[in-house]
Amino acid sequence: TEQVVDDMLIILSVTVFSVTFSIAIAALIWKYRQAHQDVEVDLYERLPVPYGLVRFGVAPDHPEVKNVINTFTQTAKHSRCSFYGNVNVGKDISVEELRQAYHAVVLSYGADGNRSMGVPGEDLAGVYSAKDFVGWYNGLPCCQGLSPDLSCETAVILGQGNVALDIARILLSPLDILKKTDITQPALEALMKSQVRRVLIIGRRGPIQVACTIKELREMVNLPDTKPEMVEADFEGVADSIKDLPRPRKRLTELMVKTALEIPGEKERERRNKASRVWGLRFFRSPIEVLADPNNNRTAGIRLAVNSLEGSGEGARAVLTGEVEDVRCGLVISSIGYKSLPIDPSVPFDPQKAIVPNTMGRVHQTAGLYCSGWLKTGPTGVIATTMNNSFDTARSLVEDMVSGSLDVSPAKPGSQIITALLEKRGVKPVTFSDWEKIDSVEIRRGESNGKPREKILTVQEMLQVARA
Amino acid sequence: FTVGTQALRSDKVTFHFINRDGEKITVKGSPGDTLLDIVINEDLDFDGFGACEGTLACSTCHLIFDEEVYKKLGRVTDEEMDMLDLAYGLTETSRLGCQICLTKSLEGMVARVPDSVTDIRQSKDESA
Ligand SMILES: Cc1cc2nc3c(=O)[nH]c(=O)nc-3n(C[C@H](O)[C@H](O)[C@H](O)COP(=O)(O)OP(=O)(O)OC[C@H]3O[C@@H](n4cnc5c(N)ncnc54)[C@H](O)[C@@H]3O)c2cc1C
Ligand code: FES
Repeated sequence: TEQVVDDMLIILSVTVFSVTFSIAIAALIWKYRQAHQDVEVDLYERLPVPYGLVRFGVAPDHPEVKNVINTFTQTAKHSRCSFYGNVNVGKDISVEELRQAYHAVVLSYGADGNRSMGVPGEDLAGVYSAKDFVGWYNGLPCCQGLSPDLSCETAVILGQGNVALDIARILLSPLDILKKTDITQPALEALMKSQVRRVLIIGRRGPIQVACTIKELREMVNLPDTKPEMVEADFEGVADSIKDLPRPRKRLTELMVKTALEIPGEKERERRNKASRVWGLRFFRSPIEVLADPNNNRTAGIRLAVNSLEGSGEGARAVLTGEVEDVRCGLVISSIGYKSLPIDPSVPFDPQKAIVPNTMGRVHQTAGLYCSGWLKTGPTGVIATTMNNSFDTARSLVEDMVSGSLDVSPAKPGSQIITALLEKRGVKPVTFSDWEKIDSVEIRRGESNGKPREKILTVQEMLQVARA
Repeated sequence: FTVGTQALRSDKVTFHFINRDGEKITVKGSPGDTLLDIVINEDLDFDGFGACEGTLACSTCHLIFDEEVYKKLGRVTDEEMDMLDLAYGLTETSRLGCQICLTKSLEGMVARVPDSVTDIRQSKDESA
């Protein structure tokens, strides 16, 4: 068994704080600590507020998903754990400086960039990235200037993942549902005036390759005051291949086929007849150009290439048929994926996969550096998936501490030196109890609007409240 | 009152979990508690278990049962199936612990906490 070294403190920084990793690290590090030595964990986060995509990504009408915050809060309040918000790693402090100060550094800064469509017209007014649109309705400070124009009837979303369905739902949900969520007040007001009545969700490949999960599809199917509008031809031959699919894919496809092709029963028919809004999935189409209205140079439509499929199942490839199709719409939201960006020149980065190259969370060629979350795997997967992969990273880290491949013998100064450096650079971190002040102000403001919380929308005001 | 306490005590149902290390953990719960409630009440240390606190939004409370036990657990709703479809290592006899209430008929039954299969898959990928 391992020898217990008294008074030895292993200092870890988790850069950057992410909910999923923090929960994982808590579980494993504390276990290690009982068995071996004391461990201290510091979390650095760019914004004055914690929770990353759980606060700024997860849809406002999915409050249950955000319950994971409670587990995180227990971690953050642990006496050996400190939160340093308002610290931009790579800018306020370098990864190299963190590595000098800590025995190990875990990068978990998510996927902040987005993939662009790379088609002409992408910069027209009326075209938005899903990342910005989601950031807008969820109160991400840098997206508050977006004020999207919702004065058109048809909106097109490119991509058929869960994020695309989140956006479709937000655009089409009855307001009395949304106004009870933590959606921002400006977004709610814009949606009140929205003219959008029809949302088309477009994918390159067919129904069997769709990227969303069944929970999100079922929410669309059941969304009050809406009805589906699908194209029967898109589902040709799909029914025949259903039986050979693995269960999750099978159930998802069955629900889609049922929604698209089955003649609805009386109750459902009545519901659909009364519906004032429409959503539809469109398959086998890739964007080739966003079309402008010549009068005002705003988005007036989108030109789509018609694809056919080569191969079958999940690996099928979309190939162009040469045919094109124009769809009239005043709003285009591209939801073709988030993307991690390099944080610091000293950290290896695979530009092709847009991840930090790693084995089980150990960053290649850089001892003592680890990664987790979307940065490690690429931007897919729900919180449960991300948490699982974060546990793997935490396990790797603990393994390395136990085996000695991570040298934890030299004493390290940890946050002491980092705080001094930050102070010199005029950066004042936000502590977890500062965040709790922001939290309680947000909850109080929400109460008066009948919402669970009214998010503060600028970094400046967050800092003001934190320091009040 | 001795009778009363005894009745109360015998109301408890004994239940077993097999954790990720293959260890068997025996606990007692009251009928009506969900299996997630038991994990929390007994402070069982299953990493990341129950992240959404039983609101059918995470699938981290995934448990695997023997077929006979599975059959006793009753009907699965579409919503539970939807979340289960996202679970790692899904089997034909998988359920979500937050959706299963303890009953007398589950006395002595066993549930297994599945491994996170990321381990296996990733180490394979990397060595390939
Ligand atoms: C729109 C959207 C909706 C989603 N909805 C759901 C859902 O309903 N259910 C579900 O299970 N999953 C959902 N997910 C998935 C879930 O959010 C992710 O799996 C998970 O949050 C990814 O975690 P992460 O730690 O990798 O990244 P993040 O949560 O993004 O955490 C990264 C953190 O790093 C910080 N950071 C970035 N750069 C720096 C820097 N230079 N210095 C310091 N800090 C920095 C960020 O501010 C952020 O707080 C959704 C994702 C998106 C995008
Ligand atoms: S605890 Fe989240 S689904 Fe059961």
